[in-house]
Parts: sequence; C-alpha cells; structure tokens
Amino acid sequence: MAPFDLIAILGKFGTYAIYLAIGIGFGVALEMSGFAVSTKLTGQFYLRDQTVFQVMFTGVIVAMVLVFGAAAMGWLDINRIWIPETYLWPGIIGGFMIGVGFIIGGFCPGTSVMAAATGKIDAIFYLVGILAGIVIFGEETSRFDTFYNSSYMGRFLISDWLGVSIGWLVFIVVVVALFLLWGSELLARAYSAKEPDAPQNTASTPATRPSNTWRFAGAGVLAVAALAVLLIGQPDPAALWERVAATEQVRLDERLVQIHPAELRSLTFDPNVKLAVIDVRDEANFNIFHLRDSVRMDLADLPAAVDDLVALPDNTVYVIVSNGETLSTAAWKTLVALGLPNVYILEGGINNWIAVYGEGMYPLLASIGNDEKLDYVFSAALGANAPAATPSQHDDGTPFVPKVELQSAGAKGGGGCG
Amino acid sequence: MTAMTQSASAIKNETAPKPFANPYVAGTLLGLVLFAAFFFTGNGLGASGGLNRMIIWFIDLAAPEHSDRVSYLVSYAGGDKNALDHWIVLMTVGIFTGGFVSAWRSHRLTWTTIKGPNISTQTRWGMAVLGGIITGFGARLARGCTSGQGLSGAATLSVGSWAFLLAFFAGGYLLAFFVRRLWN
Repeated sequence: MAPFDLIAILGKFGTYAIYLAIGIGFGVALEMSGFAVSTKLTGQFYLRDQTVFQVMFTGVIVAMVLVFGAAAMGWLDINRIWIPETYLWPGIIGGFMIGVGFIIGGFCPGTSVMAAATGKIDAIFYLVGILAGIVIFGEETSRFDTFYNSSYMGRFLISDWLGVSIGWLVFIVVVVALFLLWGSELLARAYSAKEPDAPQNTASTPATRPSNTWRFAGAGVLAVAALAVLLIGQPDPAALWERVAATEQVRLDERLVQIHPAELRSLTFDPNVKLAVIDVRDEANFNIFHLRDSVRMDLADLPAAVDDLVALPDNTVYVIVSNGETLSTAAWKTLVALGLPNVYILEGGINNWIAVYGEGMYPLLASIGNDEKLDYVFSAALGANAPAATPSQHDDGTPFVPKVELQSAGAKGGGGCG
Repeated sequence: MTAMTQSASAIKNETAPKPFANPYVAGTLLGLVLFAAFFFTGNGLGASGGLNRMIIWFIDLAAPEHSDRVSYLVSYAGGDKNALDHWIVLMTVGIFTGGFVSAWRSHRLTWTTIKGPNISTQTRWGMAVLGGIITGFGARLARGCTSGQGLSGAATLSVGSWAFLLAFFAGGYLLAFFVRRLWN
C-alpha cells in the first residue's frame, strides 16, 4: 500500500529522481499559471486577477479528493503520509509574514525559484532576500525558541477539531471551494466591467479563458468524487487490518513482535531508542500496578490516539502492555493496521514482567494463567510505585532474543519544507 | 473570442509568448502533482526547505565551525552532515528545471524585471529583497511556505495549515492598500 518505501525499492538515486520529477511537475504547473509574473501574483490582492486563488484552491481540492479517495479505497495509508503538524501561533505569525513579504516582494518561495528560472531578475533579488531571511532566522532562533515551539497540537486534522468524519469534511470543503471559485469569477468579471481599460497585468499575454462546458464538467466530476469519498468512508482499523493481515499475521504467529521483558528493560536504557510503553488494561488494573512511564489507553481510543503516536520521533519503539497477550495483541493489530511502525508486544504481559523482575515480591494468586487476569496479589494500588514497576538500570543478564528492528516510518519526517 | 485570436496570433508569430494556461487546468495539474507526491513518496510539495538547505550548505562550506555550533544549523549540517543530501533539495531543483522548460517551450524566457508602472527598477529590486527577507524568516517560523504549509497541509486538512493560509491572505490583503504604489 502506498506511500512506498522508495529508498528500499529504487535506491537513493532513484528516489531522488522521483523527487526531481515531482519538482519539475510543480515548476511546470506554476509557470503555466503565469506565476513568474509578480504583477499577476500580487494582482490577487488588488482584486484585478484571481489566478492565484483559482490555481491554489483547484490544486488543493483536487489533491484532497484524490488523497482521501485513495485512502478510502485502501490504496494509500493516510497515517504514513506527512501532514504538517500544528504549531498554531508560529504558523499564524509566519503565514502573516509570508503574506506581507508576498505583497512587498511579489513572490512566495516556490514561485520565486520558478520565476528565477524564467529569467525574472526581480525573482532573483527576492531569492537573495529569502536566503538572508533564513540566515537571520537561523542565527536568531535561540532568542524565540519558546515561541517557535509553542501552541503545539501535533498532527491535528480539521475533522478531529470539528468532530466530523473526513468524508463529510472533504465533501463540504469541495462544495464550499466550488462556490468560492465561482465567486472569484464573478469578482474578476465585476472588476473588468468596472475598469475596462485597466492595464494588462501580465508581461505575457493573458490566460486562455475556460469554456463553460469544461468548467461545469470539472466541477461536477469533483463534486461527485467528493460524494463518493463521503459514501465509501475512510476504512476502519478492522478493514485496514484485513489488508495487511497476510504479512502481519505471520509476524504475530512466528512471535517476531513479542519482546521479552529483558528486551523491554534494555530498551529503556538504550540511548538510540525512544520508548513509548502503552498500557491497554482498564484503569483498575493500571492503578494496582503499571510500568513506570507507561501511558494507559483504552483499546477503543487507539485509532484517535494514533495521530499523536505517529508524530513521535522516527526512532520510537512502541511496546504494548496488558496483563497477558490477548488485549495487547488486539491493540497491536489496530496500531499496525493504522500504519504505525515499530510496534511490539510485551511477551506474557505484566504477569511475565513481574515473574521476571518482581519474583517473590508479590504473592501469586491460587489460580494463575487466566491470560488477562493479574496473577499477583497486591495489598494496595501501588501503580508505578511498586518496586518492580521501575526497570532496573542494572542488567541482571536475563537472556533474551532481541527482536526490535527499527523500521522507517515511510516519509513522515521532514515533510514539505524539511 | 479574445483567447482564440490571441492563440491564432501566437501561432503566426512563433516567438511570441503563448498565453498562460487556464487556471483550472493549471490548478488540476498542480493537484495531480501534489497527489503524486503524497502517493508515491508520502511527502507533500515544498520549496523553502530546499532553499534553507542550500544556504546552510553554503554556510557550512564557508564556516564549518559555525555550523557545528549554532543549534539550528547543527541539525542540518553539523559534523559530516551534508545539508544538500535531502530530497527537498532535489524538489527545489526540479521546480527550477520545470519552470525553465515550461517557459522555454512557451517562449516566455526573457531577462526582465516585472514591476508596477510607478516605481523604478531599482525600487522593485530593493522591495524584492525586503519582501524576500520577511518571507524567508516567516517561512522558517511557520515551518513551511505556501507550498509546504499552504498546499500540502491544506490538501491534507491540517488545522495549522488552514490557519496559516488564512493568515497569509490576511497579511497580503491588509498590507496591499499601503503598498499599492508598488504594483498599480
């Protein structure tokens, strides 16, 4: 399922060739729009030219429908594509600055690179400015580090914020955007009616005018596609699991993902790994005993939590914990189906952990081995304060077969502006 | 009608620049490219990130001890790291190449400065540098520009990216009145 691990398939140079090709497509789309012409770009802000708005929003809704359409069909794993994380206020202030820089300088970064290639000297000067701005930011960033990292909300989609399904959101955005595009045409027409002698805002000749038939057909196709995305719906974890079950069930059956408590202990102190221990038991069990620094999540909440989990660094190893392995295996299937990399299960669960690292500390129940039932008796709910809850820094030499192998998470790091 | 006569004249005069594409055609192509980026690579489109790495590479070349100490630079070019060894750089080179090829095929390749009628070329250049500085700073602060945040983030429905886009248009429209002499 897409996206693909291109480095593994094509090697580094093949991968870079793909990126080069995508960049070329991007450059061509910008150039044929007329975005090398700064007066045409800024014309957007004097209402004499709506091309910026029309090209941008057409691009956004076409890509949006295709991305979420492909996800609905199960062709694209949405959790493995890069979505800009939300740092609300740095984004707003930075966006405002780019708007200001745009109206003063006449470009934005992408258009200026393209315009410089077409021989626009103003674009070259603008590029020099950008590079200076970047250097200033790099040198001064320590002064406003706190602000730069403030209002972090992680991978936060509008559908999560509004509490609506992605299907509905895509459909509404497409319908609203189509009306806005229509409005932009009315605006442009009103402008040219008011100022018929307005100077041509292009150094080249104006754009060809779209014919009605094609415009309405295009709008209709987009609306129908958005409706299809809505009706099909985004796949739930169970459906996603079916798609990966063929390979992943094997790893489960061959016990390649169940790690020994001693491996978990060693991971805790491995400086190369960020460990995220997820405890999927109920609150009562969690309060009685849980591993230090583990986080409790209900099985049902995992799909919602996955957005935050994928945002953790690339070297994160997720270890799922329950009393036995039934619950943790169910959670593992959900997270793997949702595209989270490096997910493992604590072998034998908490019961096995205590058997290895809390031997003799707590009396055993009369009947043990009821999988998801805690085998030990605790006199009080100690949570992480129980002595066996803190992995010992001392390696007692308990043997284990290392199973954790860090996998690349696809391309989530770096994103669009790495 | 006008479009037809124009394209007819463009055919007659082979060196005359061709008209720009219909915005919806160009927008659809842009959307397809953006989707292809997500589908094949998992990444969106970006431009400022490539420029960022190019200038950091230059700093690293000129003053390696500096790029090893400033925390922002270390993550890109600390020690043996090559700031240019990243896909975003290739994408930026692609934007340049694509722009060149498209302009060349459409006879729009000329050395020229585009400006409003009421300012000198020197003023236009100065303002371009000033606008670039503000943009460069803003693009790093926002962790992306109109491509990475605006297009890629909006298409994937990120809250922060839509807030970014609104702020971008707000910044442009708010200031447009005060700098109208530059463009009109």
